[in-house]
Amino acid sequence: MIKHRLFWPTAALIVLLLGNFIAHPAFFSVELREGHLYGSLIDILRFGAPLIMVALGMTLVIATGGIDLSVGSVVAISGAIACLHLSGLENQDSLGGTAGAVGIALGLSIVLGACNGVLVSVLNIQPIIATLILMVAGRGLAQLITDGQIITVNSSPYQAIGGGFVLTLPVSILIAVAVFVLASLLVRKSALGMLLEAVGGNPEASRLAGVRSRRLIWLTYVVCGLCAGIAGLMISSNVSSADGNNAGLWIELDAILAVVIGGTALTGGRFSFAGTVIGALLIQTLSTTVYTLGIPPQTTLLFKAVVVMAVCLVQSPAFRRKLVRRRKPKPVTRARQDEKVEVSA
Amino acid sequence: MKYRKLAAVAAGIVSLTLFTACGEAGGGGGQTPGSGGGGTITLGFSQVGAESGWRTANTKSIQDSAKAAGIDLKFSDAQQKQENQIRAIRSFIQQKVKVIAFSPVVESGWDTVLKEAKTANIPVILTDRAIDSPDTSLYKTFLGSDFVKEGRKAGEWLTKEFASATGDVNIVELQGTTGSAPANDRKKGFAEAIASTSKFKVVASQTGEFTRAKGKEVMEAFLKSQSKIDVLYAHNDDMALGAIEAIEGAGKKPGTDIKIVSIDAVRDGMQALADGKINYIVECNPLLGPQLMDLVKKVAAGEQVPQRIETEETEFDQAKAKEVLPQRQY
Repeated sequence: MIKHRLFWPTAALIVLLLGNFIAHPAFFSVELREGHLYGSLIDILRFGAPLIMVALGMTLVIATGGIDLSVGSVVAISGAIACLHLSGLENQDSLGGTAGAVGIALGLSIVLGACNGVLVSVLNIQPIIATLILMVAGRGLAQLITDGQIITVNSSPYQAIGGGFVLTLPVSILIAVAVFVLASLLVRKSALGMLLEAVGGNPEASRLAGVRSRRLIWLTYVVCGLCAGIAGLMISSNVSSADGNNAGLWIELDAILAVVIGGTALTGGRFSFAGTVIGALLIQTLSTTVYTLGIPPQTTLLFKAVVVMAVCLVQSPAFRRKLVRRRKPKPVTRARQDEKVEVSA
Repeated sequence: MKYRKLAAVAAGIVSLTLFTACGEAGGGGGQTPGSGGGGTITLGFSQVGAESGWRTANTKSIQDSAKAAGIDLKFSDAQQKQENQIRAIRSFIQQKVKVIAFSPVVESGWDTVLKEAKTANIPVILTDRAIDSPDTSLYKTFLGSDFVKEGRKAGEWLTKEFASATGDVNIVELQGTTGSAPANDRKKGFAEAIASTSKFKVVASQTGEFTRAKGKEVMEAFLKSQSKIDVLYAHNDDMALGAIEAIEGAGKKPGTDIKIVSIDAVRDGMQALADGKINYIVECNPLLGPQLMDLVKKVAAGEQVPQRIETEETEFDQAKAKEVLPQRQY
């Protein structure tokens, strides 16, 4: 079981949850309040949903060996344009108007993702540079849309996306689960996943083998933009307002971290959606832990860094081997044998 | 060869996009040429950026009152970068403006450029944010809010509101961005005001980063980890607004079950105050334009002004909020 690549991130998540439980015994309690589920675990899922969305899109991009730094800005733009459209409506509660706002926001997110894709796949600009453009310019664009202000909307159907509940469950997490299932089926039940891993592993070889790598890479950026757009709607609808300056700020870094914790290498190739979801939940649990334990804000970042470092170290086979070697000098040879086996396989 | 050409095209696109980016982020940026004649005072103003509704109202107030006072305003937006502000101030010096005013992005690193202004005999006024320099002769005066006082006012309201309460009063605090001057000072002032009464207990205090989303997230966690919360003290309205949603989601009534006091008095906050969801707001006034123009005139005429001037600020309870809400500009 230890060999399974999701073992260590899952273990870290469980340890963190147990730590919360020890510090605060009511942590696992989930009750029905105001007609919906209510509890810390539900909070983690609800506030973690946008990060899960962004990180799922990021997983695809990273699988092809790329990276998308612009997701945070797309989050801000998507929320901003949706709220701008809604605030101009006479009846903000109308379903049609809300659908229009969501449509415009997601359409724009797809266009932005497509722009990134063109820069990377057609013009061959390095992904980190290509998406850095939109990361910087996009935040300006979001501010331009909101005119530097916070746009407040009063629309109950829009509010439901990020803050509502269906059958006592949060809508945002249902959306995230739906996207996760859909993406997993699409990738694993067709050849798409294998093609993506091939492109990420060696773009030139896969091109020579007949894989249309360019189109695939372009597509991953489009999907990534779309996911970020959905996350933007969740974040902005959860507080019924659009904040061009702060919405999705630094979420790209959290998303990359979630992907890496989930066991997907930044160099591309093999990827795991399930790992990404666990990584994202781990990051959100970390935030909740800070609030629950009452860690002072000045030391919050240090605390998070220490936990993340511990998770990364425990995931590293080299580090684990060193640790074992120091404790018991004997298994050295066995560890070496393991290495050899891996190489020959 | 082909690749080199491609790289050049790419570089071109990159730089083009970046340039448009700067233009966009500026909002009301760039320098607006004044239309003043020979006798008018020229004021060079370097704004921090356009990061919030508060800041936008601040900019508008300065632009409007300059026009009303007949002062020729050269406005420059620094987009949150110190080097942009230093460049703007140098250009003001070259243009030989009469007075320079600016809201410093950060507290330190201003000595060199302000010495240049001093050598050129151009008086400098700081607005809204202070600088950290031992040489106070570098600027004439500072015009802005006293954040400690704002926190103290919030605490004083609390002691009055709960004067007759006998048991412990459990307070949760939503702090601003960690390390920022308003967050530090508002925390300090509040703590001072409630220190003398032992029944007030700050049971949890976390940063909500001045945003609604974080305010909601942190408040959700407070509601679960704290068994009894009587009061929420938020360092700005936006965090209070986020927290209100969290409180409502937990089946409690904001303003009644949990009393809320916050700082800023932006429009959405005032609306919540009028609706009874917030109990008290201490104002942090961005409309310092008229006061600034008075100062500019005095400084330009060579009059002596105090080293530190506070903006005119007030407090609002629910009745007062209903009264002023229709005329609220920001």
